[in-house]
Amino acid sequence: MTSSIVARIKQKRIAQLVSLGKRLDERGLTDYREAQVEVGVIEKAEGSARTRLGKTEVLVGIKIEIGEPFSDVPDKGVLTVNAELTPSASPTFEPGPPREDSIELARIVDRGIRESEAIDLEKLCIESGKKVFVVFVDVYVLNYDGNLIDASALAALAALLNTKVFNYEVKEGEVQIKPGYKSLPIHNYPIAVTFAKINDKLVVDPELEEEQVMEARLTMTFEKDEKICALQKGGEGYFKIPQILEAAEIARKKAAELRKLVVKK
Amino acid sequence: MSKKKVKKLIDEKGIRHDGRKLNELRPIKIEVGALDNADGSAYIEQGKNKILAAVYGPKEVHPKHLALPDRMLLRCRYHMAPFSVQERKSPAPSRRDIELSKVIRDAFEPAVFTEFYPGTSVDIFIEVLQADGGTRCASITAASLALADAGIPLRDLVSACAAGKVDGRLVLDLNDVEDKEGEADLPLAYMSNLNAITLLQMDGMLTGKEFEQVIDLAMGGCKQIYQLQKEALKGKYVEVEEAIEEEAKEE
Repeated sequence: MTSSIVARIKQKRIAQLVSLGKRLDERGLTDYREAQVEVGVIEKAEGSARTRLGKTEVLVGIKIEIGEPFSDVPDKGVLTVNAELTPSASPTFEPGPPREDSIELARIVDRGIRESEAIDLEKLCIESGKKVFVVFVDVYVLNYDGNLIDASALAALAALLNTKVFNYEVKEGEVQIKPGYKSLPIHNYPIAVTFAKINDKLVVDPELEEEQVMEARLTMTFEKDEKICALQKGGEGYFKIPQILEAAEIARKKAAELRKLVVKK
Repeated sequence: MSKKKVKKLIDEKGIRHDGRKLNELRPIKIEVGALDNADGSAYIEQGKNKILAAVYGPKEVHPKHLALPDRMLLRCRYHMAPFSVQERKSPAPSRRDIELSKVIRDAFEPAVFTEFYPGTSVDIFIEVLQADGGTRCASITAASLALADAGIPLRDLVSACAAGKVDGRLVLDLNDVEDKEGEADLPLAYMSNLNAITLLQMDGMLTGKEFEQVIDLAMGGCKQIYQLQKEALKGKYVEVEEAIEEEAKEE
């Protein structure tokens, strides 16, 4: 994500390996690093999950509050996604207001959840036009070793599936919280799959050094019925059509594999 | 994108609510060199979109520590005027503006010979004066001409156009209503001569097959826009040539 300097010899090595169908850590071009998902790691959050992709580590906490709906959709709950690249996660992250990279990350995660209609926002309406539940998805990057997008999207979905909404009743226009919880109405399971283009080849789940030398990046988000629900090209290079279609084919399969980690049936 | 629709956006004959056919672009008007002070500029009207793009540079980088030793620093600011949309938009950059600035910059990086001007910066300023859907694409179309007008060496012009799905039909160049009410929107930027895609985003839902068709449709739109861009660019320099000839006659 951040441009930093990589020794030319390493750049060359990565490119050479990729052209032979190999990678630095001996993965195949379309293999993910070991993915781990842990849910319910923060008790005070309504939902939470921590994912690891190799050494990349992302924590997502969900908070639910009562707020006002947007005026154009008065009977729908509100979803907001925010991402923090915490300075402890990488020497290249600095404290301060969100930068371009973190805004892009949050918006890609947001797009997957929103466009696949993962959360049934209509069920989060308390009083049309006045009170609805607001779902805050906060992506917290703990350790950066490449491919924050997939790790964050996965953690966000796992956390949403783990989220509890408090019971309530409305008395004389006031919302009163009652004991007990319900789970958040989740209807779809979007999974993001990210590619790096290196030496004109596609590489799945790029690690940090691969991201630093990649020509371009492409993220495809697939929903449960294998439709594409979000796309984002990043990086300074370009893609050609056959490559995009090839990516779609790989991403469709990879998304199904990753989905099994968070959606237990 | 909401499920509830007020009315149908496409009729039985496949005519859209603004009278266009499914694969028809909105009327496009382009003017190259619309601003005096900028090193390069362009103005585009695409339907109700009205967008100005200005380019400054190559010039010294401010702040200096951002300068790159091996290539130029390409910067982009996409900005919407407060009066450009129905409800006043705060002039402070929104998260959307910041994301769009980034993806637009990424769309130009492959086109610009950045290595020709190490240590310098080129700034692209995009002002959306009126927005009616597909502004990022129209912005790229205009900014591409502004870069060319500024004399920045380019591998190719970048043309951009969206395609998507509305009322279950695949359509080209969505306007605001179609974007909001429709099922999917896929903006795409494309270098026609190099056959390279430099911006690709999508929101909504598409099957794999629809996805292929929508990309094809958007690329077709880009190719038409590419012709319009070339004409607009030539247009300006014909005017310049005529002005020079006129001056020569007067002398």
